[in-house]
Amino acid sequence: MDNKDMYREHIIDSYKHPHNFGNLPHPTHACREFNPFCGDDITMQLVVKEGIIEKVTFNGKGCALSVAAASMLTDKIKGMNVEDIKKMSKEDILELLKIPIGPVRLKCALLSLETLHKALER
Amino acid sequence: MNKADFPILQHVVYLDNAATTQKPKKVIDAIAHFYETSNANAHRGVYQLSMKASQLYDDARKTVADFIHADADEIIFTRNATESINLVAAAVFPLLKGKEIVLTVMEHHSNLIPWQQFAKKNGFTLQFIQMKPDFTLDYQDAEKKINDKTALVAFCQVSNALGTINDAEKIIALAKKHHALTLIDAAQSAPHMIVDVKKLDCDFLAFSGHKMLGPMGIGVLYGKKELLEKMQPYQFGGDMIKSVSLEHAEWNDLPMKFEAGTVNVADAVGLAEAIKYLEHIGMDVIEKKEKELLQYALQELKKIKTLKIYHAEKSSGIISFTMEKVHPHDIASLLDDERICIRAGHHCAMPLMHILGVPATARISFYIYNTREDVDMLVKALLHVEAMFHG
Ligand SMILES: Cc1ncc(COP(=O)(O)O)c(C=O)c1O
Repeated sequence: MDNKDMYREHIIDSYKHPHNFGNLPHPTHACREFNPFCGDDITMQLVVKEGIIEKVTFNGKGCALSVAAASMLTDKIKGMNVEDIKKMSKEDILELLKIPIGPVRLKCALLSLETLHKALER
Repeated sequence: MNKADFPILQHVVYLDNAATTQKPKKVIDAIAHFYETSNANAHRGVYQLSMKASQLYDDARKTVADFIHADADEIIFTRNATESINLVAAAVFPLLKGKEIVLTVMEHHSNLIPWQQFAKKNGFTLQFIQMKPDFTLDYQDAEKKINDKTALVAFCQVSNALGTINDAEKIIALAKKHHALTLIDAAQSAPHMIVDVKKLDCDFLAFSGHKMLGPMGIGVLYGKKELLEKMQPYQFGGDMIKSVSLEHAEWNDLPMKFEAGTVNVADAVGLAEAIKYLEHIGMDVIEKKEKELLQYALQELKKIKTLKIYHAEKSSGIISFTMEKVHPHDIASLLDDERICIRAGHHCAMPLMHILGVPATARISFYIYNTREDVDMLVKALLHVEAMFHG
């Protein structure tokens, strides 16, 4: 597999201009996670009302893959049911990103989902 | 020396030599040759084959000893620099006066975590020599941190994350003034420059074979004989004993006292072959050649405006950098498409990354086989990455 496939334009665009990037003043749920391999550092903040995601933001530092994934994931989960989010898996992220990812960089792509799941457990 | 000696270099531009180096055919052959002609357990059989293996192992030890100007019984074979440092941390306690261990903020985790554990176990505190904005150690701070409370000073001679060459003589002189022991992490220096333990007068010195053309799985601990003699072994079993009853054991002489179990003859032989290869070129020539390549690389990299280079004036062949708005891992992934291998990450120096204020850097590190063409290809590929993210 060529890494170039990972860096298609939509990924780089998402990385350069991420959606939902920033802080929420009064999150009901939040979690910060690291990927020690890359040094990626992502914080997810959520406002959950009656089991539904009302607001979500993320911030931190990461590679193109982790930021693009976080951007797309936060877009997707707005208005979603918490129980459905808990069921989301690797396949859902790959579907969002629409690129092939090797095993090493998979960690980057999945960091935001892991962070989200941990935030919702709290 | 040329690239043709290194089978793997026919396929890649390899710029991650601080992590591990490639192996010349001669080293690979020496290991195979050992298994084909001399394999037996060293020091255990009276038959000829075992004596041959023992002889090869002893010869390898002598080659390593000569390489750093030590005596053969001051050389302990380990798995790697990490294990060498762990050995010292496990066995040095009875020799220490004072309650503080002094390290630097630029240590590799393998010269940090063993001391964190040591401090927890033995009620010591750690002190850290700080770094100045020019990426050199703050020697004024060293004068404060190294004092009468200091039991041991452990520091890298060359930083793996930055390439900074630290002034070992100066640090050792400070330690001696306060009767503290010294350990040099030479993982990034022994492969690249003349390291003379007699001249340095350090108490311990650690390095890895795989970072100097040798195989993985063999490392070295040098220790002054009078200190090693006073230290207790930290692993127990076969070969490290002289006589054993059901209740008691008497330790073997140096260096076997610290080499419990079947030893790694094949890789010791491989390391000796690697050292011969390096010495054939000359460590002074290697140092000079790397310095020239480093200067060329710095000059070329500085032409890329979005790069930030973390680099000290006095430095080994390592360059750490970041590109504005691009994560180091993205750089390394994209360079991989051009068959250029560089490292991206925290380089096992997370506290240092914290001081630099970045989660990670991209790092290139040279060895004897790298050329200006390698640098040119790197720069071209980096410009391509820049265009992708900044275009
Ligand atoms: C400065 C330094 N010390 C220690 C080590 C540990 O070496 P090893 O992993 O071979 O034990 C390294 C390797 O990266 C290093 O660069």
